[in-house]
Amino acid sequence: MSAPAAVPERPDGSGDLERSVRIGVVTFPGSLDDRDAERAVRLAGGTPVALWHRDPDLHGVDAVVLPGGFSYGDYLRCGAIARFSPVMGPLVERAREGLPVLGICNGFQVLCESHLLPGALTRNDHLHFVCRDQRLRVENAGTAWTGDYRAGQEITVPLKNGEGGYVADERTLDALEAEGRVVFRYVGGNPNGSRRDIAGITNEAGNVVGLMPHPEHAVEALTGPTTDGLSLFTSALKRLVSA
Amino acid sequence: MARVVVDVMLKPEILDPQGQAVQRALPRLGFEGIADVRQGKRFELEVAEPVTDDVLARMRALAETFLANTVIEDFTVRVEEPESATEPEPAVEPGSAAEAAGDGARA
Repeated sequence: MSAPAAVPERPDGSGDLERSVRIGVVTFPGSLDDRDAERAVRLAGGTPVALWHRDPDLHGVDAVVLPGGFSYGDYLRCGAIARFSPVMGPLVERAREGLPVLGICNGFQVLCESHLLPGALTRNDHLHFVCRDQRLRVENAGTAWTGDYRAGQEITVPLKNGEGGYVADERTLDALEAEGRVVFRYVGGNPNGSRRDIAGITNEAGNVVGLMPHPEHAVEALTGPTTDGLSLFTSALKRLVSA
Repeated sequence: MARVVVDVMLKPEILDPQGQAVQRALPRLGFEGIADVRQGKRFELEVAEPVTDDVLARMRALAETFLANTVIEDFTVRVEEPESATEPEPAVEPGSAAEAAGDGARA
């Protein structure tokens, strides 16, 4: 086996700034996609930093990814126990101050349980686990994680969840729509009964984004259906470099 | 030792696909006439100290912040008296209709 693909160094050294951006990836007991998230950060040109759930220190990272998986076995509710992990204290605090945070699948569930994002994820309406390549429409290209997309652009990334139905009360849903906080919407069929086909949302400030599909599994032609997911990670890097 | 019981149910407006699946299976099993099934969770908290109003308030906070997600779930908190401390009740067959009716009347 060869070593993980390295991003080619640019002769003019223009990738150095991105490489200096450190993006933390939290591992909870039961996280599955932390390594893929780290790999996506590396392929996008950044430096991934492994964060541990019991360590209440973000080690000075510039952004954080909460990865997919089944933290604490999905006991109680998906993400409900992870939300009270030591690492989540400083993370919630920094996220409220503007730290870019991306929650993917179980990470999205943790963000909702932490009240960094409104609503909740519930059992898929058809009760089956879904695993497929999913088309999405980018509805908001203005968040910290979507600047490299165009609004209206369609992308395809893997989706795999049993509890991915996004729910919130009508007032919250109306507010999300009115404020442009629906970031991704399912296209070509709603896979899990999510209200208003919502696949991903953001907070008011646009620094916290959560989505059920897995952009970190669509960053290389060899293993992903597309490389459409890479732009989430390059978006954050660009935002942080120019900040 | 006292027992505090927390019941958590999905809010009425939240779809309960698990309850629906249970309900759909009932006619196959010969149980007719059950119009709806909602599935919930019951937590039994064994509390070492006497359950004062203060303790009960803390249990309520625990239920609100952790055991239930109030975005999608409602919860009730109640103290269950140890059986020896209560008046002897008329004998009830486990799972009988009388017991079910008594349980349903707690709310």
